[in-house]
Order: sequence, then structure tokens, then C-alpha cells
Amino acid sequence: MQSLKIICPNGHLGFAPLKTESFQLGVAAKPDFIAADSGSDDIGPVPLGSDTCASPKAWQRHDLEAMLLAARKAGVPMMIGSAGDTGTNSRVDMYIDMIREIATEHNLPPFKVGWFYSEIDKELVRGKIRSGSAVRGLDARDDLTEDVLDATDRIVAMAGVHPFLELLEAGCDVIIGGRSSDSAIFASAAMHKGFPEAQSYYLGKVLECASFCAEPYGAKETVLGEITPDAVDVTAMAPWQRCTIASVAGHAMYERSNPFHEFVAGGMLDMTNCHYDQASEKTTRVTGMEFVPADEFRVKLEGSGKIGERYVGMAGIRDPYTIANIDEVIAWARTQTEERFGKEGWELHYNVFGRNGIMGDMEPQIDRPSHELCIIVQGVAPTLEMAEEVTMTGTRQLFYARLPDVKGTAGGVSFIFDEVMQASPAYRWTINHTMAVDDPLELFPTHTAIIG
Amino acid sequence: MNTPKKLADLAKTIRSKNAGTDKITFDIIFREKDTYDLVKRSKALTRESVCNVLGIDPERLTDFVEYDPANAIKFTILREQPSGSPGDGDIFGAQQYAPFLNLEVDITA
Repeated sequence: MQSLKIICPNGHLGFAPLKTESFQLGVAAKPDFIAADSGSDDIGPVPLGSDTCASPKAWQRHDLEAMLLAARKAGVPMMIGSAGDTGTNSRVDMYIDMIREIATEHNLPPFKVGWFYSEIDKELVRGKIRSGSAVRGLDARDDLTEDVLDATDRIVAMAGVHPFLELLEAGCDVIIGGRSSDSAIFASAAMHKGFPEAQSYYLGKVLECASFCAEPYGAKETVLGEITPDAVDVTAMAPWQRCTIASVAGHAMYERSNPFHEFVAGGMLDMTNCHYDQASEKTTRVTGMEFVPADEFRVKLEGSGKIGERYVGMAGIRDPYTIANIDEVIAWARTQTEERFGKEGWELHYNVFGRNGIMGDMEPQIDRPSHELCIIVQGVAPTLEMAEEVTMTGTRQLFYARLPDVKGTAGGVSFIFDEVMQASPAYRWTINHTMAVDDPLELFPTHTAIIG
Repeated sequence: MNTPKKLADLAKTIRSKNAGTDKITFDIIFREKDTYDLVKRSKALTRESVCNVLGIDPERLTDFVEYDPANAIKFTILREQPSGSPGDGDIFGAQQYAPFLNLEVDITA
């Protein structure tokens, strides 16, 4: 094969629906694969910890339906990674169920579906730690301890190309992956057809966020990547977008700490010597990428652990004197909560919007608050009942704060309603580590079935 | 004589975003190579200056790169808490760039 074409219609399938017009233009360009990633750790630790989705089912189904119908009509494979935002086992099963339902609804002729799981048991990780094989921390984290492991509710491993390759070799028409490196989904398709690793991983890297590699800015539009043995061409499908040298080179930096290196299970894509050419109006050609295989096969793990149940309260402040003394107001509410519940076993978090609610301690204008503030209060505690009362105390006591010179003695804050709201439980990213494995497939069991 | 300009008037893109669960990365991208070179020469954006703007300990800055292929200056910091921990005001890290909009750049050099 001289070249291979893949389209990607969505950088995070389900998070917002794909745009149909550019997707259909992409389908008309006769791609060899239709693929998208459906996960992200941007959504915070709650979905992984609680095994839920951040995306509405209707949007996930919308995109799966568009992709499945186009792929089956063209007779090309469809590939999805990190099913349902987190890539847990239940999210993979949910996507497989959706594929079955869509196939039945549209009377699709029989096709072969393949899937793999990425969730791993805590005891497996504990065994590694006890055997002396350090589970190494990423991003300045310490190596994983059993204490942190015990505080973790769910762990997924980040698959590389290996389970995808196995399912492609098994002749699957549709592949639904558990948690996977975004680039591996696309790279595996190219490697399956014999293209070199460097170009294959680059193809994946540039396609994984769909139209984020195009300009002007606009997400959820389809892009097409074409790989040859020494280059990757990337083309915007939306009539109003182009892939330019600036947009494609700029995308290499997106969401990563370093624009030159992309780490995947089994090695590292080195983009240091990449060369970018404007091949035509809407197409940029990239050459010069390299792939450096890893000495040791390490898999990235993501883990989330529950801190407690959570309620949220809100309060507004307009009095300039109260605004100037907002820290005392909050301290009062904390003290009242301590008097009721003691110093430990609960948490209160205050975000003061209008001052530094977004940037916290990094806010350079912390001493120049707005003329009105909104305080978001989060109370976290072991039970729902206690979380509600902690949050209610932490919110309502803002109203009763005792500032010495306040003129407004009838109430210190405004409420849009006098209640607190149950939120998702509070979780924390407990694991962002890598673990050594002997076999690239050992954490990712694959399965196949015929649908229809 | 100094010729101060605001970074927002020179750059095409000034953005911030999560780089994984524990970091936030900042991209300052220029349309023209000349402007990019001018800002590099001005030393308005250095390891030290970005830490000053954000009021953070230099140890929290993990990467600082002048990325010529994209006419971009890129730097990355460690979060104090992982993204989405209770109290995090910006789970995506997408609004942390604002203090750089008004950064003064002396383009006399």
C-alpha cells in the first residue's frame, strides 16, 4: 500500500457532537479507516472514580451512529479508544451495547466487533510494589505506595497500539477500546498496514484532536490524515478551515508539557526534527519525525479515589466593607463548622469568584476584588447527611459573620436560594504513574463477536 | 527610549490547558516570525518572568521552551493539587493565561 487515509471527526467523542457536514466530506474522500478517541483526563477524577460518564448518552450515540453507518457503508474499519470518557470496563460494554442497538435499528449486515478492557485490579498493582518493581510517579509524583493504592477506587491502564493491532489482525470491522493513548488508535491502523512507527504515531498525534490542528479555531470538525512511508499529510475537511504549517505545528504543543516528545506505551515519538510544508491550500505535509523504542515496557496508570460525599452552596456579597474582609467572613464560617464537627473529618473549600476563584494563589490581582463577589462553598464529609450539614454551616454562617464595623446588620451575604445542593462525590487523582509489564497485552484482554 | 507593548497585541494565541492531571501548560503563539523573534529578544517571557507573573516558586516550572516551528513560547507548571480536586477553580486549566495578556513587552531591542 502506497498510502493510507484516516478521518477523525471528533477529538473527544461524546463530549460534544461531531459536525455532520465536514464528516460527510471526510467520508466522501474515501478513507481507509474512521477513528476517534472518546476519553480524556481533563474531566477530572469523578467519572473514573465513580464509573460514570461526563458526556450525555445521546451525544455519544449520535457520533457512534454517524461513524458506524459511514464505516459499514464504505466497508472500512471503525475504531474508538477510551470508550465513554474514562475507558473503564463498564464504558466499553456500554459502547458495545450501543453499537448492537444501532446495528439492529438500521438492519446492518453482519460484522465483526472487537473490544478490549483496560481496568486493572488493585491487587495486581500491590503485587508489583511488593515484588520491588516500583510503580513510578509521573510529573513529580512519588513512587506509588500501598497507602495511596488503598485510597484508590478504580484504576485504568493506558493501552498503546498492541490490543488494537491484535483486534485488527483478527479482522475486526469495529473496535471499541478501553483507556488508550489517543495517538495509538490511529497509529495501530497505519502500523497494521505496514507503515513505519514514526510516521504512524505522528499520524495519530496530529489526528487525535480532530480539527484542533486546523484554523480558524473550531472544534468537532473532521480532519483527514494520509500517511506514506516518509510523510504525513493532514487536511481540514470543513470548507472554512485549513491545515496550515502554523496550525499543525501549533497543535504539536497542545495539552502536553513539551512539544517535542510524545510518550506512548513502548516508546517515544520524537518531533524535534519535524519539518512542515504547505502541500496545498488546506493540506500540511510533515516529515522528519522519529520513533525511539523504550528499553523497558512501562504502561501509564490512572487512578481515582473517593474523598467523601459533597454538597455545594453559593453566596453573593455586595457590601465593599464585607468584600474587603472576605477572609474574616470565611474564617467565621469555618470556626462555626469546627464548633459543630471538630477540626477533622470534613473539608470546606471556598472559591471566591470576583477575587481569585479561578486562579487561587496564582492570581496577581488578588488585592483588587470586584464590586461584587460570588462564593462557591464545597463541603465534603463521609456521609451525605454530614456533607449537607457541613456545607449548610459553611454557607449560612457567611450570613452571620461578625465583622466589627459592618453597617448591614440584617445579613452579610445574598442568596439566590437558601439551600445547598448535592453534587457528585469528591474524588482525587490518586495515581498518575507508570508500571513495568512483561507483555504489552497482559493488561488488555481482547474479545470479539459477530453482530447481526 | 522604551517602546512597551502588551503581549495580547503581539501574540495570535495566548492559552492555557491541562497537560495531564498534575500540570498546566501555557502556549504563547505568534503569527509572524519577526514578532516571535522580537518577543524572544525582549526577554519579557523567561523562566523567571513567568514565575513572577504567576507568583510561583521556580521549582513548579517544569518546562520552558522556545518552539521555533510554531513561532511559540511554551511553558508548563505543576499544579498544587491534581485537577478536579475539591476547591480547584479550573478543572481544565483553561483560564490561567489571563495575567499574560497585559504583560508588557519592550520591543525596542
